[in-house]
Amino acid sequence: MSPAAATISAVGRARISLPVLAASSLVLVTTALAFVFFVAPNDADQGFSQRIFYFHVSMAFTAYACFGGGAWNALRHLWKRDPRADLRSYVCVHQGLIFGTLVLLTGSIWAKISWGHWWLWSEDELVLFLVLYLFYCAYFMLRFSVEPGPQRANLSAVYALFGVILIPVSFAAIRLAKTFTHPEVFHLKGPSFGGWILVTYCLSQAALLVLAYTLYSVELGGKRLDVRLRRLREALA
Amino acid sequence: MTTSEKYVTAAYCVVFAVVLVYVLIMALKLQRLEREVDELAGRVPDEDAEESPRETAQVG
Repeated sequence: MSPAAATISAVGRARISLPVLAASSLVLVTTALAFVFFVAPNDADQGFSQRIFYFHVSMAFTAYACFGGGAWNALRHLWKRDPRADLRSYVCVHQGLIFGTLVLLTGSIWAKISWGHWWLWSEDELVLFLVLYLFYCAYFMLRFSVEPGPQRANLSAVYALFGVILIPVSFAAIRLAKTFTHPEVFHLKGPSFGGWILVTYCLSQAALLVLAYTLYSVELGGKRLDVRLRRLREALA
Repeated sequence: MTTSEKYVTAAYCVVFAVVLVYVLIMALKLQRLEREVDELAGRVPDEDAEESPRETAQVG
């Protein structure tokens, strides 16, 4: 297959599945929002402000999943030398960072309502999530400071693998919080809620995972196309 | 609208705005890629034009 035909085929493949993913995301996110605002009852302890958690917690788990996906693809790159794994790992980390930004923003808004502060440096769970976030910000600094090629892919993969260690630390920090109480959503026995709250949370989690996968597919498709175009340009030069 | 309701609404608006900005950036990037594909497609010689002209045959 010629490079031109391969590029056209790649564009064609991306256009088949993306509309389905985008439509699923739209339906799920809209339904989740409807459940958050019109179905889920007010929390007895926190009242209306607890509604932030449906997306805040879901986005945190989505960010962890993206970073985990980045680490998995980094491992595939280092272990099996899968040429596509480096790009996948990069896109996963990028998605994780976007959802991480949203976790920090929504968390700050919730903290302002409940604690009266936008940010508290004394709180381990906030600072550890910020450390995780900044660690992955530095991933991009590392990646773009090295020339494209095997060395950049290897360095990025090792870095992404190290980052995954911070995920359980960040998750455990919520349980170590002392001064203020960051609500614990999940225990070893299961979630700390039930009924419509659980249904709404599950729906929000599913919606955000599908949304993340849709955005991942769009970005990955674009990046692959960019790589193919660069090769094609080189071939035609 | 209570203060709590305002903050919750703001939180969801922030989520919406960030996702919207991301989608817009992606759309702009894809538009640029599409332009580049068109530009490269224009540089690739057309296979139909390269084919040797067919001989005309008298019918009837």
